[in-house]
Amino acid sequence: MLTSVLLPFIAALFIPLISKWKEKVHTGIFVTLIPLAVFIYFIQFIGAGFEPVTREYSWIPSMNMNILFHLDGLSLLFLLLISGIGTLVAFYSIYYLHTSEQLGQFYVFFLLFMGSMLGVVLSDNVYVLYTFWEFTSLSSFLLIGFWNHRERSRYGALKSMLITVFGGLSLLGGLIFMQVITGTASIQGMIEQQELILNHEYFPMILTFLLLGAFTKSAQFPFHIWLPDAMEAPTPVSAYLHSATMVKAGLFLIARFSPMLTGSEWFFLFVSGFGIITLCWGSYMAVRQTDLKAILAFSTISQLGMIMAMLGFGTDMAIFAAVFHILNHATFKGSLFMVAGIVDHETGTRDIRNLGGLMTFLPITATLAVIASFSMAGVPLPFLNGFYSKELFFDASIHFNEGAQGAVAIMQSILPYLAVIGSIFTFVYSMYFFFGTFRGESNMDKLPKKPHEAPIGMLVAPAVLVLGVIVIGLFPELINQPFISHAADSIKAGDIDKSISFWHGIKLPLIMSLAVLAFGTILALSRPKWQGVYRILPGKLSLNSFYDGTVKRTETYSTAITNGYMNGSLARYVRLIIGAIIIVTFSIMAITGSFTISNEDLSALTAPEIFIALTMVIAAVGTIITNNRIAAILILGVVGYGLAILFVLYRAPDLALTQLIIETVTVALFLLAFYHMPQLEKKTETKRKKSLNLTIAIGFGALMSMIGISAHSSKAFDSISDYFLKTSHSLGGGDNVVNVILVDMRGLDTVLEITVLGIAAFAIYGLVRLRRHKDEEG
Amino acid sequence: MEIIMSVLAGILFATGIYNILQKQMLRIIIGTALVSHGAHLFILTMAGLKRGAPPILTEGIEDYADPLPQALILTSIVISFGVTSLLLVLAYRASRITGTDNMEELRGNEHE
Repeated sequence: MLTSVLLPFIAALFIPLISKWKEKVHTGIFVTLIPLAVFIYFIQFIGAGFEPVTREYSWIPSMNMNILFHLDGLSLLFLLLISGIGTLVAFYSIYYLHTSEQLGQFYVFFLLFMGSMLGVVLSDNVYVLYTFWEFTSLSSFLLIGFWNHRERSRYGALKSMLITVFGGLSLLGGLIFMQVITGTASIQGMIEQQELILNHEYFPMILTFLLLGAFTKSAQFPFHIWLPDAMEAPTPVSAYLHSATMVKAGLFLIARFSPMLTGSEWFFLFVSGFGIITLCWGSYMAVRQTDLKAILAFSTISQLGMIMAMLGFGTDMAIFAAVFHILNHATFKGSLFMVAGIVDHETGTRDIRNLGGLMTFLPITATLAVIASFSMAGVPLPFLNGFYSKELFFDASIHFNEGAQGAVAIMQSILPYLAVIGSIFTFVYSMYFFFGTFRGESNMDKLPKKPHEAPIGMLVAPAVLVLGVIVIGLFPELINQPFISHAADSIKAGDIDKSISFWHGIKLPLIMSLAVLAFGTILALSRPKWQGVYRILPGKLSLNSFYDGTVKRTETYSTAITNGYMNGSLARYVRLIIGAIIIVTFSIMAITGSFTISNEDLSALTAPEIFIALTMVIAAVGTIITNNRIAAILILGVVGYGLAILFVLYRAPDLALTQLIIETVTVALFLLAFYHMPQLEKKTETKRKKSLNLTIAIGFGALMSMIGISAHSSKAFDSISDYFLKTSHSLGGGDNVVNVILVDMRGLDTVLEITVLGIAAFAIYGLVRLRRHKDEEG
Repeated sequence: MEIIMSVLAGILFATGIYNILQKQMLRIIIGTALVSHGAHLFILTMAGLKRGAPPILTEGIEDYADPLPQALILTSIVISFGVTSLLLVLAYRASRITGTDNMEELRGNEHE
């Protein structure tokens, strides 16, 4: 089982080598074999007596992350969809993509996507699931931007990336919550502890996170906006990712967790509510589009909404219908995308306004299109699978557990009406898609190419899918017992015994279907007359412009914020740093009440020290006041010499010596620099800035004084200097204790201090001697 | 006495910071020199300003000033001297190359 997931990844490694000789053999031929092999491997599990299989492979056991695969009916359904449609799409792409394209890249991304999608549906460990989940986002991003020289492709790729990764990160949050609550990273293990999660105080958050992940991936309202822009991808990609597989990952996630979540009425309200809104909005918007692929994109959105709504209903019939429709939608939508690709390929345009009357030129394609689009519309014909799932959908929407209260009851009463409205528009756009392209007047002069039937190889894949539509339509029981019922069982965790039959007798669902047919036909025929309604809704309330605005505003505001505080002025940064130090330290002092002042342990006041201290204060303030730079330098010297005298008074002869010498040299250096530098002038500052500077400076000074006083007033323990005094002679062999400390006891400090001086000397030498600018020679 | 010395150190810090907040490079360097003076005084004060003999061992004297902060300050003086002189030469070079010693004018290009 691990091999089947790893096979596409391993194959992706070898694609660049194979694609070298693409001129002789199209790379797609090799690629087709890989999903085919996976498909053949998984088809052996089909059968009436299927039992779930679990496999575990060690990855990071210490962090609860093992590659844990759980193959049940639901994963099997998805696995067969992914590998089966993958085979067809790969085959189709052989004819669709010319060898002048970057085939190597395309197939590497394609296989990467397929492998990660297989991983998503097989994973039972939530972290492994998330890993594969993000891989699908990433490979989808690469595939949408495949023609990266086009601006629209890059825009679409970025948009889908931002939205799906936003959802993916939310999902990760929800998964982590659940893992922490239940103590297990296995989904089956979490489902067993259902009560624990449902009754947990964080349950609303978990539900929100999971739904965000599923809704963004499955293009539910209002996150559906990325899907129409993802149509910039090559058509095989649209057919595969954006109709059959990746957009169903969100549905898969909801289905996977629904044994756990169906107990909550919030789950019902959100999933059904957003699903049904998506159904109506998607089908309503699809009628407005003029690009074939955009019609199909909105159609996908609305069909996904329908499945999502059914998963939210949670009744036996709804679950069964949802699973059934996942399969049906994959068959007819995949083939419709390929039909759109053929039309594009053969006429050079996908704009439905320029198309029309293609039936005579593309008879086979038209036949495939009519079956698929009628199935999508749910036309009541016994060989169309779309009809059955629509019928089941209506049935599910009216059969609910009675006696519900409050919001749930209101929701249940409006659901059937919304379902019918959504289906009417579904009917309208399906007809619009088919008749707009293949019937009506043909305007040959507007087409870039002269249309003719597609090569037979290109028709094989849609033909196989349409064959699927008919076979499921004619013999629904054939796939029901061995296949679909297992998938429904694993969602509902119980036995669902449903049989599908064409004729139920005249019941409410059939009447609803007939109403859809009648109203749909009227609306489809009168479509040009009511097109103006789109100017009212959505009108200016476009979600796309909201998204674009948000992206743009985020950039503008963050630039404004960065430019606001990073203006390049050194003084401002110093103000910020010192200001932050003052505020933080004063707050801590105030909160902990740590400022203390005590009179104990103080030395006596003496006149000379006070006199010197006063002199130093006057000198220090003088450096600020004076405008004369030589005066400023000399006054600075006064401070330094004052300090030296303090060192003398406080019995520190070595310090006094050093301080005197260094101060002298520094003043000399200052004077040297002064000779070359411009005159000190009073730079005019605004009053506000001046008082701000003054406040910060005084605040910092006061802060340091207070720290000094408090620290001195609360001595924790004695100094270790007694040791130095006692052992200086015996161990160090010297009587000058300071010098013994410097070169003997703490000699390493001295070595590094010498290094500092050396580096400074070299740097100064370099600065003075090395000149790059010729204009300052001399 | 320690309280007065703490206040003095605080005043040295305050004047130093005020100088650093100015625009001219020479003033900024004067400010750093003042701050380092303040720091040295601070270290010395923190050890206690008890009167004892200078820490040079002599027969018959028991009470000495604390030698450890003195060693620390000695190291610090040398390092701050190295840094100050480097700063001075940097300021000298910068004003030679750019023709100004006003920090507000030394901002580089708009989009760097």
